[in-house]
Amino acid sequence: MSVNSQIQNQNQSAISPVKQKQAPNPVVRWIRLLLKSKTGTFGFIVVVAVVLIAIFAKYLAPYDPNMINPAAMLKPPSWMEGGSSAHILGTDNLGRDILSRIIYGSQVSLAVGLSAVAFAGAIGVFVGLVAGYYGGFVDNLLMRLVDSFLAIPTILFALVFLSVFGPSVTTLIVVLGITNWVQYARLVRGEVLSIKEREFVKAAKSIGVRDNKIILKHLLPNVISPFIVISTLSVATTIILEASLSFLGLGIQPPTISWGGILSDGRDYVATSWWLATFPGVAITITVLAIIFLGDWLRDVLDPRSTK
Amino acid sequence: MVQTIETKDTQQSNKEQEYLLEVKGLKKYFELSEGLFKKEKQYLRAVDNIDFYVKQGETLGIVGESGCGKSTTGNLIMQLLDKTEGEIIFEGVDLSTLKGENLRKKRAEIQMIFQDPFSSLNPRMRVFDIIAEPLKTHRVAKGKELENQVYELMDVVGLDRSYARRYPHEFSGGQRQRIGIARAIALKPKLIICDEPVSALDVSIQSQILNLMSKLQKEFKLTFIFIAHGLPAVKHISDRVAVMYLGKIVEITTKEKLFDQPLHPYTEGLLAAVPIPDPTLRDEKHRIIIEGDMPSPANPPSGCRFHTRCPYAQEKCRSEEPKLIEEKPDHFVACHFPLEDGHGVLIEK
Repeated sequence: MSVNSQIQNQNQSAISPVKQKQAPNPVVRWIRLLLKSKTGTFGFIVVVAVVLIAIFAKYLAPYDPNMINPAAMLKPPSWMEGGSSAHILGTDNLGRDILSRIIYGSQVSLAVGLSAVAFAGAIGVFVGLVAGYYGGFVDNLLMRLVDSFLAIPTILFALVFLSVFGPSVTTLIVVLGITNWVQYARLVRGEVLSIKEREFVKAAKSIGVRDNKIILKHLLPNVISPFIVISTLSVATTIILEASLSFLGLGIQPPTISWGGILSDGRDYVATSWWLATFPGVAITITVLAIIFLGDWLRDVLDPRSTK
Repeated sequence: MVQTIETKDTQQSNKEQEYLLEVKGLKKYFELSEGLFKKEKQYLRAVDNIDFYVKQGETLGIVGESGCGKSTTGNLIMQLLDKTEGEIIFEGVDLSTLKGENLRKKRAEIQMIFQDPFSSLNPRMRVFDIIAEPLKTHRVAKGKELENQVYELMDVVGLDRSYARRYPHEFSGGQRQRIGIARAIALKPKLIICDEPVSALDVSIQSQILNLMSKLQKEFKLTFIFIAHGLPAVKHISDRVAVMYLGKIVEITTKEKLFDQPLHPYTEGLLAAVPIPDPTLRDEKHRIIIEGDMPSPANPPSGCRFHTRCPYAQEKCRSEEPKLIEEKPDHFVACHFPLEDGHGVLIEK
């Protein structure tokens, strides 16, 4: 053994100059990884920008988003005929500035979209991991629960829930979370079923690793990739779902503003004043796209096989 | 209850001291669910009543075709599968009766090296964490001490210390298997079950890994159960070899006896299948070739399970199941008509 370790030491010293290159500090490393991906960079910049806009809405918005101005009703965007530089993205049917409304709307839309997905994801991933890993009775029980949730029409359930508990940002997050967790549970369970048959899980069991550690250290990191993809996609559907609920009058209540709310306000005027519904729609699209890009990049860097 | 067994225990105590592991009447039947309304349950008899023992410090090879139950046997000993019947006595304790925390602690003493080095390592863990996991799990070491132990293990299996921060996908099959071996020996187990540890590797790498394993065995006084699907793989490393066929052990003896003069026709066939590079050494006249496929373990043949493919099968073989008996000293075989002049292969001693 001593001979062997000597050889090892020699080996080590022989190549150590190459290896000596100190690992850069984590921030630099992450920025480097980020800059490697164009879409990831785009996503990151846009998401950071939207978050900053939401935080500093008070200082960024040119007008009070709820200020009604009868003198400036349905003004088109500034570059169109009849538009003015006072309202860059035009005004709505009550003369409220669209840009200011979109800036303020980002707060609720982001909060609801992200927290609802996080909430749904947490429940779904937990249920999926437990059901998939333990199998048998636990699996059957949880999956029948999932089936029954799938059988409930989302909008109907949301309507009942919101009318019972009253519409607010919190109840909206809860209701969107409750209606969406099942897709994560099914996805994660499926992944776990295949991963737990791999030999490294068997190896962990034979070492005597406790079940909770196996789930956390061996299964969770290996199901996180598909989860990130699905969850970033569903931030989009969640924002839209919030919009539909707002449209039905049970979502975000005025004077609180959300993108979905502005969108549904503008629906009646789509034929005559297209900007009312278009700009919040564009805001949703860009944000969702950026989140998806960011998610894609995140999935790639979290997978050690693709960091090279 | 305890008192009644005591007399038996004292009689056996000498034997038990010698035997690290003793398997008695082990059975594993998998239930086959065929159709919702099928009343009769069908069973796949993966392991059907096998007995063997492993002595301290030796290597027992278990050989057989795919599906003969050798890996199932390994998993049963590891308690990764629940047995249907039988006893698995490790240092006087029946492992299959252990539950929960007791079993978890006992696991430190029996470890496993897996067949596929590409699926036996978690792709999301670094080499360091993979090797450190058993040490952390059983709280053997932490902090600086843990680090030292992991690096030492890497030295022992011939991995460069600078690889510690890398992920498994950056390594070749042979190196990955070294990582797997480091993980298996981390807890200084008494018994290591090697489930075809080299069959997924290149031939040139196979010998490296086998040499490493023999070296470790001497160094750490390890006991191996070495599962393989061909005799050549167990030839070098085993002290004794058990040949399995359709969930049963058909022959078990020392390596020399098995290779020199096999008593079971199946063993003879397996030996004949070993390619001999030098044509002048080939014994074409006595070369028997086992034809056909192994029957389904869900519906094994009556009598001797090998009779459908045995060139010497007689009437008795079809009706009566042979028992594993000591035909010659320390040479057990399950055959009604053991070979008088079984032809083995030359073995360098």
